[in-house]
Amino acid sequence: MYDREKAQEVRKEKQRWQETTVRKALERFPERYESFMTISGLPVERVYTPDNVVEMDYMRDLGLPGEFPFTRGPYPTMYRGRLWTMRMFAGFGTAEETNRRFKYLLSEGETGLSIAFDMPTLYGYDTDAPEAEGEFGKCGVAVSSLRDMEILLDGIPLDRVTTSMTINSPAAVIWAMYIVTAEKRGIPRRKLGGTIQNDILKEYIAQKEYIFPPDPSMRLVVDTIEFATQEMPLWHPISISGYHIREAGSTAVQELAFTLADGFTYVEAALDRGLDVDAFAPRLSFFFNVHNDFFEEIAKFRAARRIWARAMRDKYGAKKPRSWLLRFHAQTAGCTLTAQQPENNIVRVAIQALAAVLGGAQSLHTNSMDEALALPSEKAVRIALRTQQIIAHETEVTNTIDPLGGSFYVEELTNRLEEAAEEYFRRIEALGGMIAAIERGYPQQEIAEAAFRYQMEVDAKRRIIVGVNEYVQDEPIEIPLLEMDPQGYERQVARLNEVRRTRDNREVLRTLRAVREAARNGKNLMYPILDAVAAYATLGEIMGVLREEFGEWEEPVWF
Amino acid sequence: MNTSRKIRVLIAKPGLDGHDRGAKVVARALRDAGFEVIYTGIRQTPEAIAEAALQEDVDVVGLSILSGAHMALVPKIMRLLRERGMGDVLVLVGGIIPDEDVPKLRAIGVRGVFGPGTLTSDIVAFIRRELGLEDGLDGDHAEEGEGS
Repeated sequence: MYDREKAQEVRKEKQRWQETTVRKALERFPERYESFMTISGLPVERVYTPDNVVEMDYMRDLGLPGEFPFTRGPYPTMYRGRLWTMRMFAGFGTAEETNRRFKYLLSEGETGLSIAFDMPTLYGYDTDAPEAEGEFGKCGVAVSSLRDMEILLDGIPLDRVTTSMTINSPAAVIWAMYIVTAEKRGIPRRKLGGTIQNDILKEYIAQKEYIFPPDPSMRLVVDTIEFATQEMPLWHPISISGYHIREAGSTAVQELAFTLADGFTYVEAALDRGLDVDAFAPRLSFFFNVHNDFFEEIAKFRAARRIWARAMRDKYGAKKPRSWLLRFHAQTAGCTLTAQQPENNIVRVAIQALAAVLGGAQSLHTNSMDEALALPSEKAVRIALRTQQIIAHETEVTNTIDPLGGSFYVEELTNRLEEAAEEYFRRIEALGGMIAAIERGYPQQEIAEAAFRYQMEVDAKRRIIVGVNEYVQDEPIEIPLLEMDPQGYERQVARLNEVRRTRDNREVLRTLRAVREAARNGKNLMYPILDAVAAYATLGEIMGVLREEFGEWEEPVWF
Repeated sequence: MNTSRKIRVLIAKPGLDGHDRGAKVVARALRDAGFEVIYTGIRQTPEAIAEAALQEDVDVVGLSILSGAHMALVPKIMRLLRERGMGDVLVLVGGIIPDEDVPKLRAIGVRGVFGPGTLTSDIVAFIRRELGLEDGLDGDHAEEGEGS
């Protein structure tokens, strides 16, 4: 991006500076560490200058916002036109309790819903299944049948808010419940906007909420992509997620590389089904973590957009610019929250959220300060939402697009992250693609290795975590914690039993048979699942049929 | 205890929760500290965990739970361990455990509760001291429910 001769001059000057000015300073004041690195372990130089980025070509590598390769942003006006969507992930206990929380968040200025489901729901079990013991409503809301979904969405204007649902293995069933709920209220499916996470590959890699083996899981994902392409023009049928990969302990490089490699795998699977890349690619969305290393995170988002755009255009032959766009939701890093001195988490979240905004996020969830202790209280959630509103309205960082573009350091980091990701793509390719790599435990082991390295650095105080291994304080923790309805479980099970008693059980059996039939003959499962859901077949019943047909996956155990 | 053999530790993840980052980091740190470590993998039933503890003849059982289901799962595991004559095994729980649950877990025989932010070296020191292998190092191990 700079005149080569001038850059060469800078390089010479920098060398002189190191040998004279810096050396003298170091003799008197040694630096704090022998070498510096990002949280991901990328080396960091003392200062960055034009010679670091002299190989860059501005139009080739950065371009302009809303234009290829989208490094500077997916849209031409970004936050000058519309702020990001403030979307707070919420869900606990019964559908009634979560419905109240949604209405509270909307009344406080939230602009989109994001539903957290409890563990049994995530694993496709009804609340009263033996496997679900003790797990009801703990990490999200329990949804066992259409009846729960109707209560959950009661009074929410589904034609005006968009909804993100964090659901993976049973995504098709939960999505069907959402669609049927809306249609019973007279809102046609083509008008519904939102996202289902539906990213099974990162479940094998990181979060481990898989049920079926990879092949039938991928088939289900492609069924939902195909269905969205045909029937739900405003819906994102998948949110390709790095968030959980990072939470499992990966580096930023691994998060970037594995997430995009997962994305390519879905694209290839959809192409194999015979879908037109320009019909489905604009409906793919992404979800990234935003961790503590401020500049590295911003660079990660910029690199992600550039890698995706180049691959979609040049490798997969997408013609429409919308197919090249990587748009993403970001969530501040849950794993950086400390149980110690939890108020400090407000500060961590604010800094991480700022990095997401400077990295060009389309929507953002900010974590609550008390989440290392329990489910967030209403007050803690409000502060987290206010953090976004303060960034949006008080800091003026939204006035210009990609303000860190052109920073020697940020551009250099963006390039390094891209190169490191490409190295991972080559290794995954050599293993036979992402699914083969997962079956061999490759990304899982890379992540476990990084997680262990990080913990050892914390143990050795090479990394300081305020309040954890330094600035420790022995004070009782005083933050209000969320109280849940103690009768919630009984209420939920009673409702489930009533659904089973009052529905037309012959219709349930008929529709479940149709689900089984489609599972066997390869027809798109979304249509029979919609029928089964509408007949009030429960989540556990529908997933039970698929468990029988597809079998269950067990990962190899190692550490 | 027979001090001529390595201390055997079972790290287990009961319930549906698949968040295994902490379990794996602790398993590896304990192995590096010289213990014999067996890791069950995720989604284990209380029965499977108690049975594995018996079959592997372990001295320590470490349970990792981040989903909030600990008050349903841990008492059951403690009972099943006792039924198998393993009532004296050292049981530790790690994960997101609210303060108010810590005394309840201690009352049923859990000896150590380690929350977020715990250093792995503290867990190693705790196990050594509880098993009487050496003096409790600096005696400054993680307090239950808040790590260190």
